Amino acid sequence: MSTTGIESWAVDLKDVGAIYPFQGMEGLFLIIGVVLWLGWHVLQVRAEKADYDGVVSRHGDEASINEALEGD
Amino acid sequence: MEGNLNALTTVFTEFYYWATIPLMFFIHIGFCMYEVGASRRRNHMHTLMKNTMLIPLVTITFFFFGWWLYWAMPNGPWITGGLDLAMGEANTPWSETMGPNTGDRITGVFWAAFLLFSWTAASIVSGSVIERINSGAFWILAVVIGSVAWIIDAAWGWHYGGWMVQLLGYHDAYASGVIHAIAGGFALGILVVLGPRLGKFAADGTPREINPHNPWMVCIGLFLIYAGFWGFYVACNVPIIDPGGIGGQITGDTWTATTIYLTPTTLGAITVNFLMSLSGGLLAGYLVSRGNAFWTYSGGLAGIITASAGNDLYHPIHAMIIGGFGTFCAYKLHFWVERKFKIDDAVGAVAVHGYAGFVGLVVCGFVLWGHPSSPYEGYAEINPLGQFVGAIIMFFVLGFLPGWVVAKILAAAGMLRIPKQVELLGLDFATNRDEQAAAADVRATEKAAV
Repeated sequence: MSTTGIESWAVDLKDVGAIYPFQGMEGLFLIIGVVLWLGWHVLQVRAEKADYDGVVSRHGDEASINEALEGD
Repeated sequence: MEGNLNALTTVFTEFYYWATIPLMFFIHIGFCMYEVGASRRRNHMHTLMKNTMLIPLVTITFFFFGWWLYWAMPNGPWITGGLDLAMGEANTPWSETMGPNTGDRITGVFWAAFLLFSWTAASIVSGSVIERINSGAFWILAVVIGSVAWIIDAAWGWHYGGWMVQLLGYHDAYASGVIHAIAGGFALGILVVLGPRLGKFAADGTPREINPHNPWMVCIGLFLIYAGFWGFYVACNVPIIDPGGIGGQITGDTWTATTIYLTPTTLGAITVNFLMSLSGGLLAGYLVSRGNAFWTYSGGLAGIITASAGNDLYHPIHAMIIGGFGTFCAYKLHFWVERKFKIDDAVGAVAVHGYAGFVGLVVCGFVLWGHPSSPYEGYAEINPLGQFVGAIIMFFVLGFLPGWVVAKILAAAGMLRIPKQVELLGLDFATNRDEQAAAADVRATEKAAV
C-alpha cells in the first residue's frame, strides 16, 4: 500500500506515469486551492481597509500630516 | 522516451526551459528595485510588497486556470473553431501531467516559463500605479492581467495555431505585443480611473516631476531587467525540433530551433539582435533625453521591446534602428500623454512597454511583409494591416479595456485608491512609526545602561 501507487521501483518507467500521492483526488485539491485563494483576498482586503481606517482616525489630522510630510 | 536521440532531445529541452526560469527571476528583482527606487521614502515597503505578492497570486491562479486558457483558446473560441477541449484537458489543474510524472518532462518547465511571463505582465503594471493604489485592488488586477488577459492574447497571437496568426499573419516572436503592449495598455486603463498622485499636476495642469528617491537603484533595477530579458528571449524559442515534429511544409531532416510559431530561427540570430536593439534603444534614449540616466536605461529596454516582434528575422542593423525609433516614440509619447491627458505613469511603463510594443508590432508588419507567419499551409503572411490590427487587439482590446473595466468596478466598490490622508502620511506610516518608537525605546534603554 502506497499513497503514490508506487510500491517498488522494479518497473519499466515508460509504464509508470504520475507518481504523486492521492491520485484521483485532483478535483478536490483544486477546490481547496481555489477556496484558499479567494479567502486570502477577502481577508487581505478587510485587513488593509482596517489598517487604513485606523491610520486615518488616529493620525489623519492636519498637524500629523504636515509633520509626516516634513520628514519625507 | 524512445531511443537515445529522443531521450537526449527531451532532457535537453527540459533543462533548456528550466534554465530560463531563474534568469527570468532577475526581471522581477529588477522591477522591484526600480519601483521601490522610484517611490518616496514613506512608501517603500508597501511598494515592495505590492510587487512581491503578485508572485504567489499569479502563480496559483495561473495553475488553476491560466494555463488551461492558453491551450483551450487559440481558436478564439468561435473565430477559427471552438474551445480546444482536447488540448485544454491535458493542461487542467487536475491533469496527471501537471504533477510529478515520469512520462512527461516538459509540461512543468514550459508552464513555469509561461508563468514568469505572467509575472512580468503584472509587474509592468505595478510600477505605473505606485503610491496611491490599494494593494488589495492591485492584486486583483494582477490576477486579471497575469492569469487571464495576457494568456488569452498568447493563445490568440503567440501560439502556433492561434487565430490571429492564421487570419492576420500576426507575428510577435519575442512578445512586443503579447506581453508589453498589453501590459502597457492595461496599465493605462487603470491609470485613467485611478488618477494621478497628489501634487503631480499644478492647478493649471502643468505636470511636476516627482523624482525617484534613489535614481541609482532605479537604474540598477533596469539593468537587472536587461539581464532577465535574456531568459525571456531564450524561453520564447523551441530549442530543437525536427521537421517531422513540426509536421508542416518544411522538407528534409535538418533539425532547427524555432519561434513559438514553429518557424525556424537560431539562438545566434536572436542573441545578436537582442544586443543591437538594446544598443539602438540606449543610444536613442540618451540623445532624446539629453543623457538622463532613467530614460537612457528605459530606452535600452524600449529598444529591445520595439524590435522583439521581429527579432527572429531582422538584420542586426534593422534591430538597432527599430530599437532606436521605438525608444524615440515612447519617450515623446510619454510626455505628450502626460501633458495632454494628465496621466501620471510613475515609472513610464505605459510608454516603455505599451507604446514601444505597439510601434514594434506595426514596424514589423512593414519590415517582414510577405514572410510566412507559420510553417503550416493556409496561414496569412506577415503584413502591415494584420500587425496593426494585432497591435490594436493587444493594446486596447485585451489591455486597456479589461484594465479600465476592472478598475472602474474596484473604484465603484471603494477599493481602488487609498484614502487621501494615507497617501499624504505615507503607506508605511504606521509601520515606520512603530519602528521609530521601538528604536527610541532601545536607545533609551542603552543610554540607561551606560
